[in-house]
Amino acid sequence: MQAMNVVVCVKQIPDPAAPPALDPGTKNLVRAGKLILDDSDAYGVEMALQLADAAGGGEVTLVSMAPNGETSGLRTALAMGAAKAILISDESLAGTDALGTAKVLAAAIKRAEPDLILAATESSDGYTGTTPVQVAELLGLPSVTFAKKVEVNGDSVKVERQTEAGYDEVECPLPALVTVTAGVVEPRYPSFKGIMAAKSKPVDTLTVADLGIAADQVGAVGARQEVTDVAEAEARSAGEIVTDEGEGYARIIEFLEQLKVL
Amino acid sequence: MSVDKIWVLAEVTDGAPITTSLELITAARSLGGTVEAVAYGDDTASVAAALGAYGVTTVHDVGDLAGSLPGVPVAASIAAAVEAGNGPGAILFPATYDGRDIAGRLSVKLDRPVLTNVVDLTEADGGLVSQHAIFGGTQVLSARFTGEGPQIFVVRAKSFAAEPSGGAAAEVVAAPAPDTGASNAAKIVSRHVEERTGPKLDEADVVVSGGRGLGDKDQYVLIEELATLLKGAPGASRAIVDAGWVPYSHQVGQTGKTVKPTVYLACGISGATQHMVGMKNSKNIVAINKDQDAPIFSVADLGIVGDVHKVLPQLIEALKARS
Repeated sequence: MQAMNVVVCVKQIPDPAAPPALDPGTKNLVRAGKLILDDSDAYGVEMALQLADAAGGGEVTLVSMAPNGETSGLRTALAMGAAKAILISDESLAGTDALGTAKVLAAAIKRAEPDLILAATESSDGYTGTTPVQVAELLGLPSVTFAKKVEVNGDSVKVERQTEAGYDEVECPLPALVTVTAGVVEPRYPSFKGIMAAKSKPVDTLTVADLGIAADQVGAVGARQEVTDVAEAEARSAGEIVTDEGEGYARIIEFLEQLKVL
Repeated sequence: MSVDKIWVLAEVTDGAPITTSLELITAARSLGGTVEAVAYGDDTASVAAALGAYGVTTVHDVGDLAGSLPGVPVAASIAAAVEAGNGPGAILFPATYDGRDIAGRLSVKLDRPVLTNVVDLTEADGGLVSQHAIFGGTQVLSARFTGEGPQIFVVRAKSFAAEPSGGAAAEVVAAPAPDTGASNAAKIVSRHVEERTGPKLDEADVVVSGGRGLGDKDQYVLIEELATLLKGAPGASRAIVDAGWVPYSHQVGQTGKTVKPTVYLACGISGATQHMVGMKNSKNIVAINKDQDAPIFSVADLGIVGDVHKVLPQLIEALKARS
């Protein structure tokens, strides 16, 4: 048994229950309101806590980037049991693309010297889904994406990786980066004690300059991709709505017969 | 920003290129210029004819990966070609597990950004413009790259129709990966194929999906049973995948698969934007939900306002009685 340090990349996103909006000028997603922990990231946090436990000790460090100093999502993950967080917050980060985000996260992760880096397969607001692998490439580390199951054995990690046909068993020496699909572990609910403790856990806030990253690598300036247009999609017209009074199934059968599916 | 030459990642399974790669090759053809493919595996030569039939002139063959996950070596091979001045103006990747890995790795190697979740591509001002379905597919966002260098796009399945061009077999050119050191250390130890009785989710003519409205995990058997009776595939909303009821491979939606079956039956699914993106282009949609205000009804051709626990067993019994 050896202590293992795990970094979990987490994203604080606008509440998915609230209607999303684009800034009319920049066409970026509006992130001005309260941000919460992306649900997808709770699985990585839970897995990190379980793996550190199984290794017999070690710390779970959160790494996150936000343009506005937001920490409420980080407090949720700290309340679950993560030890500390690194938040890169800088006004210049607004409009950063996935590659710019990866550069910032990679520079911060390097400071934590982790044995293992966990992330979700993609965020629930932007859905780009490339940032974790970009982080691994920037750090010169191997990566295993779409993990269904993760097991650490000493200095290597064994992963069941989702495939079209089933799954592959993949082995990889540490340090490495692994992305975790949702639903593979059951994220714990923060206890009252956990919530209280989270308030005093360290959140190290850094700027882009602190990380030694040039200002032209991030933000809208560094993005090198732009939104040219946003238009209404062709709407699908609503059809027939029937309230079931015991015969709803028969209407479905009739419909399937019309389509010659039956 | 020339797009005289477009490369497409040709993923191969069971000895044939995957449909999404053929869709992308067809799209690349319509954007003009030369279409070439990047392939890997122990028998790339055997798909040269199949790729040529869709208009690929040259296959850059990374070769057998000796158990490595494709992300690192395939990206390194493409990056080497770009650095040698033989690269394309744009590279299209299917939004698959491996396609996304390769695109991400390549993005860093070339220091070029990536546009993902692409659902359409058009040419404008000598460059490419990608379309992205956002907010549950209610809006379409257009984007393009600025600056020099290859344009990297990751495109969702079923964004284009695959149509052969009747071309001759493609020429296969060896393009082995340079040494990538520690980053290439993840190795596949064994492969596991999960038994599946019906059609594949993204190829099925009928998809029956279940959501949170099923109430609990045990009720998912209703979805599986109905799918079997309709010779379809069972699917799921993100909510029940996140809850651990069914594996990720069943998920339909932004984070999961895109499906366009003849009939999509959404059972106990409210119709979150996340889900709609993956199924709203189905030819016909039937929704069963007890909440008459559920967003799913706004896209349903037939909506049944009712309890899935009543309607589904009745439907299953009636279908059994017919067979």
